Amino acid sequence: MNAFLAVIQKLPTFAVDFLITKFYYMLNQYETVFIATPVLSESQMKEAVNKFKKVITDSKGEIVHEEDWGLKKLAYPIQKKSTGFYHLIEFRAEPGLIAKLETEYRRDERIIRFLTMKMEKYAVVYSEKKRARKSAEQKQEDE
Amino acid sequence: MAQNNSEIRYLTPPSVEIKKKKYCRFRKNRIKYIDYKDPEFLKKFLNEQGKILPRRLTGTSLKYQRKIAVAIKRSRHLAMLPYVIDMLK
Repeated sequence: MNAFLAVIQKLPTFAVDFLITKFYYMLNQYETVFIATPVLSESQMKEAVNKFKKVITDSKGEIVHEEDWGLKKLAYPIQKKSTGFYHLIEFRAEPGLIAKLETEYRRDERIIRFLTMKMEKYAVVYSEKKRARKSAEQKQEDE
Repeated sequence: MAQNNSEIRYLTPPSVEIKKKKYCRFRKNRIKYIDYKDPEFLKKFLNEQGKILPRRLTGTSLKYQRKIAVAIKRSRHLAMLPYVIDMLK
């Protein structure tokens, strides 16, 4: 470890910067969707979303994208409820964060279902393309 | 007479079906990622009871059949597709 540090200290600053950016891009990108109970009011829902965003940002995660799908009908009842608020967050973080996030989900009574998955490279490309298409459509509508 | 016996005559000409070659739509359209958030698309790979259709019916290649299965299972977990149902379509 010390030998490694000694090597790093000898490197010029631009090389260190390069390494930092390289490791930054090595962080995994994740996508998490959760379903909150339909009994929540809008402000309560917002609060719940902010809570989980805070969990991510507190552990040095970076939120890439966020989508609110609103109240949707469920294909089958979960905890005797037939609808739920869907919310999606895409973020970049270290793997250790996922366990923390999921325990938070389990502790929270407002969350009835959640799914977190690691995005493979094609998934990242797909979601970026989808976003680009959406923003282009919005631009056309604005014009 | 001998000639007539050897010839089999049909009232209607026997229909020989020309099999249409199945293909993998993901290979053909170069789709690399199957989104679990799009239940309408995934429904193409389910039967009326919500079961995953086999590869021999849809013609999907093995690589993408696995991905479809994973996407459908994720979608079911998030209640965007049913686990069991009658008359899905």
